Amino acid sequence: MQVIKANMLAAGALVLSFVPVQAQNSTTDAIARYRELLQDANPAELVVARGEALWKEKRGAKKVSLEQCDLGLGPGVVKGAYAQLPRYFADVDKVMDYESRVVHCMVTLQGLDYATVTKTPYSGTGQRQTDIEALAAYGVEQSRGVPVKIPQAHPQEKAAYDRGKQLFYMRAGPYDFSCASCHGITGQRIRLQDLPNIANVKEDAQRAFTTWPAYRVSQGTLRSMQWRLNDCFRQQRWPDLVFGSPASVDLITFLGVNANGAKMDSPSIKR
Amino acid sequence: MQVVKSSFRERGIAKLDRLDQSEIQTACSEASLTGKDLPKDVRARLEKAALATIKLPADGVYLGDFKQGERIAQTGVGLQWSDTEKTVAGGNCYACHQIGPQEIAFGNIGPSLRNYGKQRGNSKEVMTYTWGKLWNSHAYNACSQMPRYGDANILTTAQLKDLMALLLDPNSPVNK
Repeated sequence: MQVIKANMLAAGALVLSFVPVQAQNSTTDAIARYRELLQDANPAELVVARGEALWKEKRGAKKVSLEQCDLGLGPGVVKGAYAQLPRYFADVDKVMDYESRVVHCMVTLQGLDYATVTKTPYSGTGQRQTDIEALAAYGVEQSRGVPVKIPQAHPQEKAAYDRGKQLFYMRAGPYDFSCASCHGITGQRIRLQDLPNIANVKEDAQRAFTTWPAYRVSQGTLRSMQWRLNDCFRQQRWPDLVFGSPASVDLITFLGVNANGAKMDSPSIKR
Repeated sequence: MQVVKSSFRERGIAKLDRLDQSEIQTACSEASLTGKDLPKDVRARLEKAALATIKLPADGVYLGDFKQGERIAQTGVGLQWSDTEKTVAGGNCYACHQIGPQEIAFGNIGPSLRNYGKQRGNSKEVMTYTWGKLWNSHAYNACSQMPRYGDANILTTAQLKDLMALLLDPNSPVNK
């Protein structure tokens, strides 16, 4: 912990000496350098360790671990599983993403209560990561370097993609924002945050999908894909996206399929 | 979009009726999904309807305080479920626009507004056009990405006047 903190402080000190006062390009360059420096030490490593412990711990009414959970590659196979989710699962007859599938295992294998597990899926400021966040970190780490290969063979998988795409372009709420408002045009930037065109530019979709979950420095914690979508909708002035909901799975399917082929590189560290 | 509604829940001030799309939201969603522009007659009708929503200031005064305007342009909160009814919304203008000379952290989704007033002058036409754009940008571009600051009750008339001053007051830093 001390080593990681020292690295973060060093990175911060270096950043302060890099920020210039002039043209905009040099500011975005400095921010890019800040992001590079961040990669040196990622607090997500600690979250991965906690997630692994949770995976192996006997919990719930059934006092069982998650080690027989089927994430799509067979019971207990975690290596490479994240990179092929969301996918159709016959045992529930629907498409599930990583987070909703893990919660499904927590309920069916361990006998944990669904409402309790999903009541607060995301940690608050200064709080420890939730179980869901820790398990997301662990799961995605086991797919590091694995090419994204989200299936579109089953009719429900195709339908999820199509619904996700439709939702992506849906303008609603008092600000008339859709996902596409920000993420459907190439070269857009909010303030100095570059926006990936995840609908139309493959490289952008790949970079976005392969780097979540991430340790979000500005949040001070690890954030998952479900969180990322929820927080987008908050800023779009939409209501609250329900954790693990069909719409969330549809959108993750749309984004993930658009990213197929690139290697997972997560948990990453982001601003 | 019933499937969509059931995947969301209301939270704070963000109620589920926000997912009930207006005609223009539906039309513009379809246009961006298919990549096909609106038919000319539909576009004309929607823009005309949007133009009719614009409420010009009753006292005929368009310009407020540009210093306040800068603050409003810098502020990005308002109408999120993490905000409340008491939250004073900002315009979040710098999210998309270059505006004043001092602020280098600006987005590029909208055109630069640098020297806005200097380039256009202060004629009645410029005043009413600029006000209209802030009130309901769809009057001039049916599928504009710019929020309807007046029509959707995001900003007050006083706040809009301050933004007008930021853009059009000859003494505003934007025009120096």
